[in-house]
Amino acid sequence: MIARLLAGAALAALAVGSAQAQQGKVSGDVVKIGVLNDRSGLYADLGGEGSVVAVRMAVEEVGGKILGKSIEVVAADHQNKPDIGSNLSREWIDRDGVDVIVDVPNSGVALAVQEVTREKKKIFLMQGPATSRLTGDACSPTGFHWAYDTRALAVGTGQAIVKEGGKSWFFLTADYAFGHQLETDTAAQVKKAGGAVVGAVRAPLNTADFSSFLLQAQSSGAQVIGLANAGGDTITSIKQASEFGLTQSGQQKLAGLLIFLSDVHALGLQVAQDLVLTTGFYWDMDDEKRAWSEKYKAKTGKMPTMVQAGSYSSVKHYLKAIEAAGTDDGATVSAKMKEMSVNDMFAKNGKILPNGRMVHDMYLARVKKPSESKGPWDYYEIIRTIPGDEAFATLAESGCKLPG
Amino acid sequence: MSTIFGIPPQALFGQLLLGLINGSFYALLSLGLAVIFGMLNVINFAHGALYMLGAFVAWLLLTMAGIGYWWALLLAPLVVGAFGVLLEKTLLSRLYKLDHLYGLLLTFGLALIVEGVFRHFYGVSGQPYPIPDLLRGGQNLGFMFLPNYRGWVVVASLVVCLATWYAIERTKLGAYLRAATENPVLVQAFGINVPLMITATYGFGVALAGLAGVLAAPIYQVSPLMGSNLIIVVFAVVVIGGMGSILGAVLTGYGLGLLEGLTKVFYPEASNIVVFVIMAVVLLIKPAGLFGRER
Repeated sequence: MIARLLAGAALAALAVGSAQAQQGKVSGDVVKIGVLNDRSGLYADLGGEGSVVAVRMAVEEVGGKILGKSIEVVAADHQNKPDIGSNLSREWIDRDGVDVIVDVPNSGVALAVQEVTREKKKIFLMQGPATSRLTGDACSPTGFHWAYDTRALAVGTGQAIVKEGGKSWFFLTADYAFGHQLETDTAAQVKKAGGAVVGAVRAPLNTADFSSFLLQAQSSGAQVIGLANAGGDTITSIKQASEFGLTQSGQQKLAGLLIFLSDVHALGLQVAQDLVLTTGFYWDMDDEKRAWSEKYKAKTGKMPTMVQAGSYSSVKHYLKAIEAAGTDDGATVSAKMKEMSVNDMFAKNGKILPNGRMVHDMYLARVKKPSESKGPWDYYEIIRTIPGDEAFATLAESGCKLPG
Repeated sequence: MSTIFGIPPQALFGQLLLGLINGSFYALLSLGLAVIFGMLNVINFAHGALYMLGAFVAWLLLTMAGIGYWWALLLAPLVVGAFGVLLEKTLLSRLYKLDHLYGLLLTFGLALIVEGVFRHFYGVSGQPYPIPDLLRGGQNLGFMFLPNYRGWVVVASLVVCLATWYAIERTKLGAYLRAATENPVLVQAFGINVPLMITATYGFGVALAGLAGVLAAPIYQVSPLMGSNLIIVVFAVVVIGGMGSILGAVLTGYGLGLLEGLTKVFYPEASNIVVFVIMAVVLLIKPAGLFGRER
């Protein structure tokens, strides 16, 4: 009996030993990339299948192979439910051998997945989620926040509107992790720039009718109504604000704090014109971005949002780091990614802070009037480049405490 | 200025009016559901998808054929109704002898398929549908700005609800229908074509959903998700009103719209669950619903 136990222990030790020996290579002889996002709900157009296409483009560019092993891309729908998101990522990592999770819009779901990837020491490349907490108090050594965050949106749109004279603010906030953080971050920037917040109303996620909330915003008398929501909710609130004549009177102004290209496309320029927004990417800025975006459009029929472009960029950087590190081990690759600067069509000289924040330039844009637009997807005029160091919080400001 | 529970009365009136507008959609949709359940004993889970279909038909008519809102108001319900007749003839009619559950599962499956098809082709952000020129702009009521279009929705829905109630409760055809639900064999013995009547009823019920879809198109984005966002609330409305009760469905629809509107003022975070809380309470006290009768 004792001999058997000993033999078992020896076998187990052997297994551990060989697992460690394999660290220098690719686990499971395949690099598996899991794109986890909303594929059917209100955030499906800003990420969804488009993010999967973008990731595949990055994989194709390296020939579908890394360190001699093949790269596989899988995708799943988290339905905007944190429990489904964390269960799926556990299953992916434990059972299917997924090495990296990409996108995950909806800050609530991302916060849950961040816990899983931290525990399993797997890399998490966040594009869709907005909350700055992901590189703040909820940061992880293997978590990367790429395209934008609530702090950058607040700095960009919040400050710009206060400077234009929008001093008093009322927030219409999506009632979950993301909306609350966007409201908090924007309120801080508004106050810093000399403005004031007169009130806020919290609307449930995926509300069909915003008129009641808009009316409350109207009667608050605030000069600016800050929309701390996203995707379908933003579209509906902007559309209904125009229906109820909130902006026509000229006394009040809408500030869409998070607006994606797909939202503007859905609204049409007639309704969306003159909105000021902050974005991490716009396709029509230079030749490199245009070339990549045209390729993307040929596959999907749409121009990419910053989430989709960011998915491409982060996976590209991740694969480069695997190449350089000679392994796909989470902790090792993560350290390598932070050593290397990000240089591709998405970002120039992007640098990654120890908390996982990828610091790159952000852009303040104005939505064109129908008369200024030359055709479909010609929607933004970039009015200011916000340097990365100004847009994103420093490590000290972020409140992230990493072990060691 | 005097206030009611800390809210100025003007603001309160505004919110009540908005509640009434949303209630109009609840009423129109739950009316169709109640008619179908009352006559066919089918819980029509495809109702939300057919409402979405109505909006899409209107949008397709406009973008593909240049046919405007007013014609769509007539054509879209006809198209949706015809689709409903097809469904009833080919699929639903086979399930009448079985438990309610089978009809529910079938229609739920159909809803998923219809939605999935539209989502595949049109994405989720939705398509914009313009407000017809005649109803652009709005009235300043003093306490709020009422867009003309929203006013029109309330009037249209009231008229349709009243007309339906009258047709079923006060006309000869309605009497046949009600008799056919009570005892189809006997009614058939009097020489009335009961299967045809049932098919027509289903067609009419879903045409109401199609009509609601067209009415909703200019207010919301025409999106594949618009039906599933609304349908659960509408089911709660029907359950609260009493399954199969037409008057109950209409009154509860407006009533819950108002109540939801008030919740949005006093405790906005709860506005999407208040209907279900009421449903639970009503079911505890009166299991057949407010206007339903026990069988």
